[in-house]
Amino acid sequence: MARKTKVRTRMQDGKVEVLILITHPMETGLRSDKKTKQKIPAHFIQTLDVILNGEPVANAELGIGISTNPLLGFRLNSAKTGDKLQIKWKDNKGESGTINSKVDL
Amino acid sequence: MTKMKRRAFLKGSMAGSVLAIAVGAGLLRPTQVMASQWPDKAFKARNLADAVNSLYGSSDVADSKAIKIRAPLQAENGAKVPIQILTDLPAESIAVFVKENAMPLAGRANLRNASGFFSTRIKMGKSSDVVAVIKSKGKLHSTKLAIKVTVGGCGG
Repeated sequence: MARKTKVRTRMQDGKVEVLILITHPMETGLRSDKKTKQKIPAHFIQTLDVILNGEPVANAELGIGISTNPLLGFRLNSAKTGDKLQIKWKDNKGESGTINSKVDL
Repeated sequence: MTKMKRRAFLKGSMAGSVLAIAVGAGLLRPTQVMASQWPDKAFKARNLADAVNSLYGSSDVADSKAIKIRAPLQAENGAKVPIQILTDLPAESIAVFVKENAMPLAGRANLRNASGFFSTRIKMGKSSDVVAVIKSKGKLHSTKLAIKVTVGGCGG
């Protein structure tokens, strides 16, 4: 299933900040359906990689303590307008996604 | 004779399963061998000390003033608490823990060529200390911030 994603870059405190928003339920596996009393299975993003011009610059390991529709921010040491930015993520059900974007300051 | 062989076989297979149990219990820490593996055990740890220990393999954490947590002191909605962690230390990784959550570890950012910064939104079941642990030059540093939550964000 395709998910809505958004990647934005901006200058912040002299660094290039990358903001990543992914529409994802981030279900904990601890909640149960109020009507059926059945447990709602966990469904959350586990890993996310930030790749700049083909070089991995940062990654994140996420758990169920991250909010629904996760918003993640990183600050890159060096990046300029036009640089290729790729975000790859994977969740606990094996679903994954790749977002291709560009640094735009 | 055949009986003896059977004994030896059983012994051998038992040694094998002991090894498997050791791996399962995290004693051999396969996560450290394969860095890209999601640290399942750390995320399932039920208290802060266990979570830190499981994630970093050490609980030798020094309080540091070089780390800043930017977050609202009072969060209206515990399901979405915005948080920023900043540090001047050359950080290899930044981990975020919510002390009072059933499973304290929220997430960890591994920084290869990025500055000491990580921001996200976290779930908080109730008012709690939020703890940031940073690995820098092989050492662990941490700081914490108490955040009050009016409506919890972990129940159903």
